[in-house]
Amino acid sequence: MIEEMSRIVRTITTLIYGFIAVYGFYVIIHGHLTPGGGFQGGAIVASAFALLLVTYGNKNTQSFLAKDILSLLESTGLVLFITFAFFGLGATFFYNFLSNSGGLFGSPATIGVNPGDLNTGGTITLMNMAVGLEVLAALGVIVLTMSVAAETIQKKEKP
Amino acid sequence: MIGNFPFVAVVILIGLGIYTLIFKKNLIKIAIGITLIENGTNLFLITLGYRKGAIAPIYTQAPEGVKMVLPTPQALTLTSIVIGVATTALILSIAMILYQKYGTLNTDEIRRLRG
Amino acid sequence: MSSILMHAPALVIALPLLTAFVTPVIGRFNRKTISWFVSFILGLTLLLIIFIANQVLTNGALIYVFGGTEAGLTLPSGYTVPIRIIFHIDGMGIFMGLITAVVSFLAAIYSISFMEQHSGLEKYYTLLLLLATGMFGMELTGDIFNFFVFLEIASIASVALISFRSTLAGEPAEAGFKYMVVSSISALMVLFAIGLFYGQYDVLNMATIASVMQFTQLDKIALVLLVSVLAMKAGSVPMHMWTPDAYSEAPAAITMVLVAASQASLYALFRTTFSLYNVTLNTVTVGWIIIILGILSMFIGVTMAIIQKDIKRLMAYHAISQTGYMLLGVGVGLAVLANPVALENFGIKAMEGGIFHIMNHAMYKGLLFLTAGALFYRTGTRDLNKMGGLANNMMYTTIFFIIGAAAIAGIPPFNGFASKLIIYESVYQFNPLLSIIAMLVSILTLASFVKVFHSAFLGPKLEQYKSVQEVPKSMVVAMATLACIIVFFGLFPDLIVKHIVHPAVMALINQTHYTATILGGI
Repeated sequence: MIEEMSRIVRTITTLIYGFIAVYGFYVIIHGHLTPGGGFQGGAIVASAFALLLVTYGNKNTQSFLAKDILSLLESTGLVLFITFAFFGLGATFFYNFLSNSGGLFGSPATIGVNPGDLNTGGTITLMNMAVGLEVLAALGVIVLTMSVAAETIQKKEKP
Repeated sequence: MIGNFPFVAVVILIGLGIYTLIFKKNLIKIAIGITLIENGTNLFLITLGYRKGAIAPIYTQAPEGVKMVLPTPQALTLTSIVIGVATTALILSIAMILYQKYGTLNTDEIRRLRG
Repeated sequence: MSSILMHAPALVIALPLLTAFVTPVIGRFNRKTISWFVSFILGLTLLLIIFIANQVLTNGALIYVFGGTEAGLTLPSGYTVPIRIIFHIDGMGIFMGLITAVVSFLAAIYSISFMEQHSGLEKYYTLLLLLATGMFGMELTGDIFNFFVFLEIASIASVALISFRSTLAGEPAEAGFKYMVVSSISALMVLFAIGLFYGQYDVLNMATIASVMQFTQLDKIALVLLVSVLAMKAGSVPMHMWTPDAYSEAPAAITMVLVAASQASLYALFRTTFSLYNVTLNTVTVGWIIIILGILSMFIGVTMAIIQKDIKRLMAYHAISQTGYMLLGVGVGLAVLANPVALENFGIKAMEGGIFHIMNHAMYKGLLFLTAGALFYRTGTRDLNKMGGLANNMMYTTIFFIIGAAAIAGIPPFNGFASKLIIYESVYQFNPLLSIIAMLVSILTLASFVKVFHSAFLGPKLEQYKSVQEVPKSMVVAMATLACIIVFFGLFPDLIVKHIVHPAVMALINQTHYTATILGGI
């Protein structure tokens, strides 16, 4: 049984995992302005999941992060990604039909030193969010499944 | 001459990775060897884009008349890192299954398929 | 409707990819329908590939641009930079695409009954669709980094499929581990070669690299890396150690798709030596290296196959041996490429034989692996010493096995005879000794398959197999389709060679045509 850690570690984790998750979502959403993007932000949020798993042990985390819901989120993220690629089929596949159009993410980008406008980018921003959702769910499922398997192997060795 | 130093590091990393793959017998060490080769190749790709005296390729912080490093190798390296994460996760899961079925992590004893 | 069909090259990739991610969602609600749904989608992909093949074979090479309307970006100074990812489909690419489409469609139909009792079925179909996507991408793309990404997608999906049955025994996991190490090293060395090309020429488009290629020292290193690791992924001797383990431990339908995946790496090897390095290469030297790899594969493959007891391991060694035929045919064509008289006399014919053999091999080797899977499904074993006397119970499987074994041994009127005859005749004019070795290997192939037929099907009925019946209908339908294709190709080889194989050979030989299509477009 992978046990939980001491009281100091549990307190710090309860305080801090929210901030890690928010930082991860910040990196995902601002992928077209600052370094980062879908995969990097998703990996940061998945490391928050790994922190919870190490601190609280296997059984307590599974009431908080169910593997079925994460698997469903992963499939949703991927289907959204391909659907946004299909929407550009007016010109060609993966065409950026929202950039410079004044629509959802469609303001034109200003060149030169500026703080950066979140409203630019077109389908790149939407695809970043879809990929970020997929990566955080997929890495969460990997980490959860490996911990369950390690516990099974450990239990078989004990007696 | 000192600009060649990243390429020397690439050769050392790939050489150490190939040494680990050939001569080590533990399954986890073989997985680490593959990761070393992959890190060496990623470093090689990023070093190709460097231009002397240039700044990072972020267009919201680029003043007029300054060169940028090439951004395309950075996209290639990011794709390669993602593929490396998937490869490492898969190879470690297979190593866990092998430990569960065979009871050992030594490649000298995991040899039921031969001939 | 025609506007959707204009985007057919993108749909060939997007449709299996979208279905691969929708399948787990459907599988959560209703488990029985996913196998029919996946077969339907792969059938649609087969129709799209036939449509593209029709277009390419009548109009010439087809270029599809992703993400923009032009393939290049025109700078204010008038210089055009090729920056978009493109799909460059010519005769050779669509030839391999046809093989992949047929093989993956029949694998899905076979798996409807074969994998019915297995748990985790939606993951199996997701991985099968990802493997099909990876193979299509490898064969149709015109951008070298895109090729690396699709190569890795296909490798990871095939490793997961090889170890799919590891809940029961430990051997599939061992085979999967070996294959994962081999394919990781191959893909990373391909990435290193891509880095070498990008560092010198600053482009990633294969036709543009071919047009600006000067054969420097770094290009020689890249050539050595690419030839050796692509031959390793195709399963040629002396890098063949992963092939028997991986082909024997995978489920039977997946082994058929893995044969097509190895042939996709073989296609990449031919594309590198013919089109990427076009006129700067010393074709005699590289051609002889490929011929020697072919001869070694043929001989060592068949001699290791005669002594095997496991039926799928025996067939895997035969797959190595038949890959040698393909390497021999195309190697002879490469060696005489600079010599127009010899090229006209026997060089083009040798390449036609080698490339026709790729399609024939996928068909009859697929049929043989599917019959081995049918035997495993009913008897539960793959050991030839334990089987016997099954011809009375399983009549259809026996007939299909006879057709497949006659095709691989090169007996008329099946398709193996047609392609092997072309290879024998043309290679004899190049160097008689090579042709004699090829005929000797063919005789040994026939000997080993007579041994398999005798142990598995003939003989008295055994006690434990008294209640064995014929396999379910979907497996019979898949095997029957392959048998019909084999008989049709054997009776009318001229049609196939003139309409499908000859444009593929011409696409490889006309090296300047490859670069002219993309540069004329930009």
